[in-house]
Amino acid sequence: MDYAIESVVKIVVVFGGMLGAVAYLVLAERKISAYIQNRLGPNRVGPWGLLQPLADGLKFLFKEDVIPRHVNRFVYLAAPPAILVPALMGFAIVPFGDTMTLWGREVRLQIADINVGILYLLALASLGVYGVVLGGWASNNKYALLGGLRASAQMISYELALGLSLIGVLMAAGTLQLDEIVRQQSERTLFGFLPGWNVFTQPLGFVLFTAAAFAESNRLPFDLPESEQELVAGYHAEYSSMKFAMFFMAEYAHMITASAVIATLFFGGWHMPWLVDPGSTSMGASLLKVLAFLVKTGFFMFLFLWVRWTLPRFRYDQVMWLGWKVLLPLALLNVFLTGLYLTLAS
Amino acid sequence: MEQTFFFVFAAIALAAGVLLVAFRNPVYSALSLVAAFFALAGLFVLLNAYFLAAVQIIVYAGAIMVLFLFVIMLLNLGHAGALERVAGKYRRVAVVLLAAVLVAQLGFMAGRHWADTPVSDEAPLFTDNINAIGKLLYTRYLFPFEVVSVILLVALIGVMVMVKRDRESGESRSRQAR
Repeated sequence: MDYAIESVVKIVVVFGGMLGAVAYLVLAERKISAYIQNRLGPNRVGPWGLLQPLADGLKFLFKEDVIPRHVNRFVYLAAPPAILVPALMGFAIVPFGDTMTLWGREVRLQIADINVGILYLLALASLGVYGVVLGGWASNNKYALLGGLRASAQMISYELALGLSLIGVLMAAGTLQLDEIVRQQSERTLFGFLPGWNVFTQPLGFVLFTAAAFAESNRLPFDLPESEQELVAGYHAEYSSMKFAMFFMAEYAHMITASAVIATLFFGGWHMPWLVDPGSTSMGASLLKVLAFLVKTGFFMFLFLWVRWTLPRFRYDQVMWLGWKVLLPLALLNVFLTGLYLTLAS
Repeated sequence: MEQTFFFVFAAIALAAGVLLVAFRNPVYSALSLVAAFFALAGLFVLLNAYFLAAVQIIVYAGAIMVLFLFVIMLLNLGHAGALERVAGKYRRVAVVLLAAVLVAQLGFMAGRHWADTPVSDEAPLFTDNINAIGKLLYTRYLFPFEVVSVILLVALIGVMVMVKRDRESGESRSRQAR
């Protein structure tokens, strides 16, 4: 019973934190794009525009909810939840801290430590495409359908690179559990001074995974499915009000999960090198570990925004070329090199 | 608790299976199949077969069914009766074949049930079964595993060759026309 209550509390906290982070990531996107373009960005609602997400949310809720008559109603209504739910579920297996002692209980700061960890993430990533495809098809609109088809082709292509780029980490760690992967990274040091993060042992895997994660979350330079100039807005052109907001939230939730996973798999998750002893379980150390995780994740979320407002969009054939002829062979090379090293080292 | 979940997932799987056949619109049929895959993955989780559940979702729901939907949409089959046109003449053959498969499966299950043979005499492995699967795949079942990968590779190369040949003959034809 205690375990059930603990899990429910963790789920509520993580879910709430995730939704809040989505709201403020949208504000961050607007602010950062403004600074990059030498503007001020939203600054009317609250101090420095900090209450802007609230205003955005209210606006989405009270907008007229138009369901065009030419759509396939059931699939049209099913598409937004079909994309939002997998996007929000991914975070369930990310360890956002080590253990923390609360009211005499050792609480693991992770909702579920399942033994197929990374496979669960890949499964959810592969499901994200349904909302896009179904929304594009059900809208009964040429632009939306083209966006949906592009999205499915792109996501299927990059899923391979996404999965294969992680094989190196898996081979070195020998486990699929994220918690165990973080622990291994925190317990070793490289060359006597570097923290034992996988980014130093798997640099190629890190670059490939980051590129594929950008493509999977449909962010620039890979936002072909919704490219405004050619497709109006692509698969969500016919959606309005809260249903559009769900597509929007799903994109940001994908970014958050992707950032957290990059931080966990390649940058030691909650591990704070030199300052905090990984084995320490005091309250201060636990909080610092959570802080380390949040800072690392925050940096990658910033990277997502930074890249979006810096790089232009790929052409469609370039996206396919990059996915199949560059990322995939490099990912296979990474698997081969890791295998070679592991064989020689053992 | 586990039993409740079993009945929920089993009911979803059955309902989705019936709907898959009953729908006239191929997109709905494909979506019912996806629902059935999810229910099956849930049943695998109840059996502690997490690896199978994850692979079920990744391979069937995440890749194969997306391609199905992709083809349905690309060929514009997404309306009622579109399959009729394509599959109409093969329907009788399909009915006979699938009925034979169904009877064979039922007979196999019934034989298993009445003969009361144990499924396996090894104790179930609840934790760390991913390691066990990996070890088995690369030791005892190495040969079938490699055969499967070669078959997949052959299919892949076959598709490449066929696509390439069509395009080349098409190009030479257009060159002749010029």
